[in-house]
Amino acid sequence: MDKFTVHTGTAVPLRRSNVDTDQIIPAVYLKRVTRTGFEDGLFSAWRANETDFVLNQPQYRQATILVAGPDFGTGSSREHAVWALLDYGFRVVIAPRFGDIFRGNSLKAGLLTVVLSEKAVQRLWDDVEEDPSTQVTVDLGERTVRWSGEVHGFELDDYTRWRLLEGLDDIGLTLRHTDAIAAYEAARRPWLPAVSA
Amino acid sequence: MGRTLAEKLWDSHVVRSAAGEPDLLYIDLHLVHEVTSPQAFDGLRLAGRRVHRPDLTLATEDHNTPTDYTLPLAGTSSIKDDVSRTQIETLRKNCADFGIRLYPMGNAEQGIVHVIGPQLGITQPGMTIVCGDSHTSTHGAFGALAFGIGTSQVEHVLATQTLPLDRPKTMAVTVDGELPHGVTPKDVVLALIAKTGTGGGQGYMVEYRGSTFERMSMEGRMTVCNMSIEWGARAGMVAPDETTFAYLRGRDFAPNGADWDAAVEYWKSLRTDDDAEFDAEITLDASTLTPFVTWGTNPGQGAPLGSAVPDPSEFADESDRRAAEKALLYMGLQPGTPLREVAVDTVFLGSCTNGRIEDLRAAASVLRGRKVADGVRLMVVPGSMRVRKQAEEEGLDQVFLGAGGEWRQAGCSMCLGMNPDQLRPGERSASTSNRNFEGRQGKGGRTHLVSPLVAAATAVTGRLSSPSDL
Repeated sequence: MDKFTVHTGTAVPLRRSNVDTDQIIPAVYLKRVTRTGFEDGLFSAWRANETDFVLNQPQYRQATILVAGPDFGTGSSREHAVWALLDYGFRVVIAPRFGDIFRGNSLKAGLLTVVLSEKAVQRLWDDVEEDPSTQVTVDLGERTVRWSGEVHGFELDDYTRWRLLEGLDDIGLTLRHTDAIAAYEAARRPWLPAVSA
Repeated sequence: MGRTLAEKLWDSHVVRSAAGEPDLLYIDLHLVHEVTSPQAFDGLRLAGRRVHRPDLTLATEDHNTPTDYTLPLAGTSSIKDDVSRTQIETLRKNCADFGIRLYPMGNAEQGIVHVIGPQLGITQPGMTIVCGDSHTSTHGAFGALAFGIGTSQVEHVLATQTLPLDRPKTMAVTVDGELPHGVTPKDVVLALIAKTGTGGGQGYMVEYRGSTFERMSMEGRMTVCNMSIEWGARAGMVAPDETTFAYLRGRDFAPNGADWDAAVEYWKSLRTDDDAEFDAEITLDASTLTPFVTWGTNPGQGAPLGSAVPDPSEFADESDRRAAEKALLYMGLQPGTPLREVAVDTVFLGSCTNGRIEDLRAAASVLRGRKVADGVRLMVVPGSMRVRKQAEEEGLDQVFLGAGGEWRQAGCSMCLGMNPDQLRPGERSASTSNRNFEGRQGKGGRTHLVSPLVAAATAVTGRLSSPSDL
């Protein structure tokens, strides 16, 4: 995973709530067995059917920060939703609330998901629509989002922040504790189910 | 202070706890399917890692599989789509390479991952169960801590049999009283989601409590727990009781003899203590519930079948109003139209929400001696090959076929637009599945979520209906 420290870029205002992962990437794109190349599936129905959809508007073509309404990423656990956003070029998604599984997936895969209040998101939408070239800075070290003189703090637990700042592999971290895992396994109830291949 | 069931389940699986770090949680069972696992197995190969506990891992094929083949199968030739076939073949290779038991298409134990776990008895109280699928919450019906994970976490569990996680908060959903005639567990959970919205359970492990759930069958509890994710909950669970034990006894992976007695003794301790406190509580009165259906494009946009399509202008919250306007446009519905006047093209009976034997029995009880309305397609898709076999032994297949319906092989089918079972653009369905998102059942398809009873009655009239309308 790449390190995430500070990202500055332009933003795209997605004025929609309840953007579920089926909208972010429909199931038909999930048949692939690869880890990259999902950008064509990102919001594919909206991009195809709505000519004025924000991602079809030229002024937002270079945007790297997606700003969405509450309950972004609800529904299916498909991590492909995170991969599609990353493959398309997004580094950050800002919303007032995220689906739990999507949020967890994003922070594993290096897509920073930032929770700001509905009021702050509204302001960011308005400012970006007025001037699509607005530079938005997301600073993970400081845990702030800054644009046009506005500064908004966000919460992210210290551990996840450290892991993202260092670009650390979660599995590698866990494998430092194989002794603890072995000790736990030795004490498991003997009648718990097990499968033979 | 006492602990809640969820806290007991959590605490008993903590491998390691350190200040400022997430808990390292042990996973008792990892269920795997073809869609969310290929990149995880690739990750293992790249890092030179093995599957730590293949004996706690079980795989099936469900999302991509067609449901219209005939047995016996020859390889994967019944899968017409090249990309789908590759994904299935990749799962088979991965399971062979890493020593994981797989129930492939055509196997008597194949089926939807959340149907086969319980029916094999490998889903048991007190366990932690994960799967790269959000409906893993289903297994919570047994008093297990069960939740969906993404592919990075699938790889993590394959490699370590653990997950680093922060403990979610706890919530109680208490429903008391007897469900009125014709009101099912599906109606309970649809009504609950309409009340909370899709984000209401976000950040919580939810325990469903009260006399309504205590009286509910295991199948009904699974339906409710299955849809926990649709209101954002991290997990849903019901404390194990005699109903749970009776369901499990004698199943393939259930303990036997002295082990059974020891297990039951432990399982009986898996209850929320009287002096435990939940971080949040919701209550519903079962006696006020009626058959419930969705009118919009998320599971929270639902209403009693006896009501009308809502008028977005009456929504107080601007974001809700915009969402409702957009949903009605997509659904092709006018405000004020009685829901009972909404005509459907397809009725889908199946999925991990309502594809179990009890669901098929309920639908068959309505369809027996009746015919599907002209122009309506009824697809009945059992959740597993075992459910299919049992239904055939009970003659339910003949009821569905006699009514003019289709009787198909097991799989996720029309719950998600991934296999050949899909709606066409503009087509409308009444579906016993769990998601009415735009395009969920096929590009441009329109979905109304319903119970098996409403699905069956709707198939007969061609419009959203309950059995009392027949």
